[in-house]
Amino acid sequence: MSSTPVLLDNAQTQARSEVLKDKILPAMLAGLLGLGLLYATGFAEAAQLHNAAHDGRHSASFPCH
Amino acid sequence: MFNPTTFRELVTAALWTGLLAGLLLTAVQQIQVIPTLLQAEVYEEAASVANAANSHEHHDWQPENGWERTFFTAVANISLGVGFALLIGSVMCLRSRPSNWRKGLLWGLAGYLTFFVAPSLGLPPEVPGTTAAKLSDRQSWWLITVLDTGFGLSLLAFAKTRINKFFGIVLLAAPHLISAPQPEVHSSAAPDELAQSFIAATVFANAVFWLAIGGLMGQFYKKDL
Repeated sequence: MSSTPVLLDNAQTQARSEVLKDKILPAMLAGLLGLGLLYATGFAEAAQLHNAAHDGRHSASFPCH
Repeated sequence: MFNPTTFRELVTAALWTGLLAGLLLTAVQQIQVIPTLLQAEVYEEAASVANAANSHEHHDWQPENGWERTFFTAVANISLGVGFALLIGSVMCLRSRPSNWRKGLLWGLAGYLTFFVAPSLGLPPEVPGTTAAKLSDRQSWWLITVLDTGFGLSLLAFAKTRINKFFGIVLLAAPHLISAPQPEVHSSAAPDELAQSFIAATVFANAVFWLAIGGLMGQFYKKDL
């Protein structure tokens, strides 16, 4: 009797870690990669980056200059 | 550690989406965005020659007008496209519903409202040569508005209770009640019609860009769930 909840708990923990591995971590990593790209293109201060992306920044309405 | 297949599928879809949407945006920008911008630059340069004290003492590298400049703008557009597509893809992945281009269009619309419409209400797209508040202040307001709008919209769309939906509306309104940072004196080298024309042009170009990102991402990132 008492072993059922324990088994359920284990199954739940396993399912949760599957979700973490299959969904949450890849999605987080992809999201971070996206934020990095957006920062470099839209926000970074370095003059070369700013000048290269200048028209793109103005067009996308990122604060510029 | 984590599932590399999910990650690879998401990134591949985002790369194709960003490439196509970025190229499309570059083409659309040639209609009105870039011509207006170049016209405004003529006024900006004239103003800075007249006001020699303001002229830059040193010049950093910048792309030559013409093909080189268009090329770097295309690269920037593609990079923004891939970045936005990755963000949409990661929410699609977390929501784990099967996607198609129609649902993708809705995500694109949400992205357009969050990343373009909401911040532009307080800080309208500006042509070069316009005075504005301190850059870091504007960037902070922009960032807060984007986060706030994204959270507000998701509450409005997905919250189960009325009170949470109402909270979503409050979040959507909040950044506009605390108004955007403004310069002490408004002035612009370019005439007002040019500024208006630029706003209209970017409203259209970004709508095309976002709908393309959403639709393509919905089409390319099909998950079997």
